[in-house]
Amino acid sequence: MELNAKIPEGPLPAKWDQRLREGHLVGPSNRRKYTILVVGSGLAGASAAASLGELGYRVHCFCFQDSPRRAHSIAAQGGINAAKNYRNDGDSIWRLFYDTLKGGDFRSREANVYRLAQVSNQIIDHCVAQGIPFAREYGGTLATRSFGGALVSRTFYARGQTGQQLLLGAYQALERQVQSGQVRMHARTEMLDLVVADGRARGIVVRDLLTGALGSFAGDAVILATGGYGNVYHLSTNARGSNATAIWRAHRRGAGFANPCFTQIHPTCIPASGPHQSKLTLMSESLRNDGRVWVPKRKGDRRAPCDIPDDERDYYLERRYPTYGNLAPRDIASRAAKEICDEGMGVGPGGRGVYLDLDEALRRIGKSAIRERYGNLLEMYERITGEDPYRVPMRIYPAVHYTMGGLWVDYDLRSTLAGLYVLGEANFSDHGANRLGASALMQGLADGYFIVPNTIAAGLARAGPSPLDPEHPAFRDAERGARAKLDRLIASRGTRTVEDHFRELGALLWEHCGMARSERGLSAALERIPVLRSEFERDLRLPDTGATLNESLERAGHLADYYELAELMCRDALERDESCGAHFREEHQTPDGEARRDDQHFAHVAVWEHQDGGRPPLLHKEPLSFEAVPPSTRTYK
Amino acid sequence: MNFVLQLWRQKNPRAEGAFSRYEVGGITPDMSFLEMLDTLNEQLASKGEAPVAFESDCREGICGSCGVMINGAAHGPIGGTTVCQLYMRHFSDGEELVIEPWRARAFPVLRDLIVDRSAFDRIISAGGFISVPTGAAPEASSALVPKQGADAAMDSAACIGCGACVAACPNASAALFVGAKLSHLGLLPQGQPERARRALAMVARMDDEGFGNCSWHGECQAACPKSISIDTIARTSRDWSRAKLAAGRRSTPDRTNDSVSEP
Repeated sequence: MELNAKIPEGPLPAKWDQRLREGHLVGPSNRRKYTILVVGSGLAGASAAASLGELGYRVHCFCFQDSPRRAHSIAAQGGINAAKNYRNDGDSIWRLFYDTLKGGDFRSREANVYRLAQVSNQIIDHCVAQGIPFAREYGGTLATRSFGGALVSRTFYARGQTGQQLLLGAYQALERQVQSGQVRMHARTEMLDLVVADGRARGIVVRDLLTGALGSFAGDAVILATGGYGNVYHLSTNARGSNATAIWRAHRRGAGFANPCFTQIHPTCIPASGPHQSKLTLMSESLRNDGRVWVPKRKGDRRAPCDIPDDERDYYLERRYPTYGNLAPRDIASRAAKEICDEGMGVGPGGRGVYLDLDEALRRIGKSAIRERYGNLLEMYERITGEDPYRVPMRIYPAVHYTMGGLWVDYDLRSTLAGLYVLGEANFSDHGANRLGASALMQGLADGYFIVPNTIAAGLARAGPSPLDPEHPAFRDAERGARAKLDRLIASRGTRTVEDHFRELGALLWEHCGMARSERGLSAALERIPVLRSEFERDLRLPDTGATLNESLERAGHLADYYELAELMCRDALERDESCGAHFREEHQTPDGEARRDDQHFAHVAVWEHQDGGRPPLLHKEPLSFEAVPPSTRTYK
Repeated sequence: MNFVLQLWRQKNPRAEGAFSRYEVGGITPDMSFLEMLDTLNEQLASKGEAPVAFESDCREGICGSCGVMINGAAHGPIGGTTVCQLYMRHFSDGEELVIEPWRARAFPVLRDLIVDRSAFDRIISAGGFISVPTGAAPEASSALVPKQGADAAMDSAACIGCGACVAACPNASAALFVGAKLSHLGLLPQGQPERARRALAMVARMDDEGFGNCSWHGECQAACPKSISIDTIARTSRDWSRAKLAAGRRSTPDRTNDSVSEP
């Protein structure tokens, strides 16, 4: 497996221009000869499909939901970063680049991150022009707020629904292309396999979720924008339907999987209330602007939070990180919450929770200002828990939220397979070992609107338009394989439901490959996962609804892939014998419990190559070099 | 908690549907309505019976996938919420719940509680956008937008496209859905150039899809999980009338309906 990142020559700020200058183009009248398949309709997928359609390519876009507008980007709450420096607080492209690189604990590519910061400003321009109702000041200018891991105010937002508004913007642009005939939309359609012929991605196998019919689509390029794999933990803040099947099948077909162990645990989620829990709900981290995080100082203090006087509260984030305080980055805030709960200070059922208290802010700026900023979040909290956050501090606990790892891509967002591009959360490129808040929306839209429409042309021009006949044996084989997998699942006659199996895998992974990892735990998980997997294969009961609309069958298919993915995550976590960002190995910490990085041995991207026949995957390394910013110890104290 | 459910079961769009009675136990007050249905499905699955098909995805009230009628109310008895954010503590133990899909000609039932809402996508593709190709945007701060305008646009833009407004409306009208989008874009300076065309195109498409017309019942506003106001429908009427008058001398295809969506 060759890992050539294809980073352009020249100084950091000139690299993206350099790539645009040297890249081959496809002429306007030739673009209609190329067919591009876009899988996923979230921020990255919808923006790519719309932009490629505008350019004149023939585009097919696929989503498993009933409408592209429902992709999970819609649930992002907090905001989107950009280096506009509208606040005159010292922000710049350089600082956004630096914060993102440092936030990722120096495990991402300098050139990619710099480009992301450069493109960030264009995204805001474009979204405003699309009619995204960003928050405004009274003078009519754009409002911003602060987010974790930054000392400037650079996050643009639309109440607590920024993801929704940005996605609807991209969706509307996509629908405009659907209307004009440039894009054909395939909703309720799930990708089951990637078709590779002569070393190139040439198409996909899909299943119509309503009728259960399998079919194939051929194209000159395939773009995966299918999101992350956080649902491997069973409970996460991801939507129910979010899954890893598309990227996992592409991995099995030859796309390298990079840094699978880099998973982000979000510090501010509503704690689980019982085993029936179907998903976890995030409370935007923006609440940490005005909320103070605390636990009682005394173990087992059962008093109501308002009865605990201030000097008997431990504002542990402010105590441990005086500079950043409650705005410490996500991995740090999550781990601190886990540690304090492990010490027995946690609050709520099972002691798995800490307080996020708005009291001080309510007294400082008043209820109406708080409602203005967070109204819909606080309403949601009240609906779910039945408690009024204006009176009682909220209880929060970390939950799996985002996966920084994903399919490996080069500077052009091409995977290790020719013709296969990967965008958004599905790739690994920009967030290193930890993502900063409000950067996922930025990356998804950067990839889809501005990067892939420019970089894909070179690959297309080189290969020339060459539609592959869907009767080609590669399609037949892939379809046959997908059908065999489904038939196997449908034929299972065991006793345990999919959810039952799924919960068990999720719990194991959360325990051993969650917020803190150790050699012992990871080794134990690696022994246990194959056992769970064979139990799943042996003892699964699916309701007898056959091949048509059958959610259990879909979930069983996803779970079958998760066993393999979970194993790879543990293997990667074990191999990465250092702590960095969200990857915290208990063996590697400073005396005061902070992550200890090992740049000498681990300043690389770990890229895994799948091997057939049950052989273990091969590890390849893309070394990371830091020319502009020498890696420093990441401190937020 | 225990519940008796009268659930609509229908195999496919052509099949005859009917209510089936189920008893579900082991429900706790902090379960969401959908987690209650999950529990029922787990119980059905372990008996090898076909689970009830219903739609959901984000389960935090924003994707718009979920939605059913509960005892005749879209998204159930509590205002301003979707069924994924409706908790069982709002029901009483032993209660009988009648659960059925959205009913509208433009939303055919696909299976059990799932309906086809693709008509909404087609209404948006008819004109629910601002035509700005990627790369063509001016600097973001070059147009100032008064805070009141941005806030009002956001109120309308909050629509999640769930279809509750259509299900609640005695005429099965999509006027609130269309009004929300027209208001969102029409209240912003960026939306002005296409404002008239947008109103004509979206309203025409709504009618073609088989939605009914608005006769000001106001049920849509009451059912909307995002509390979108019927003021947006008044804006539709104004934009549409103005556009129609302006286009009067041009040969726009004449429409024959005469109620508020086509005033």
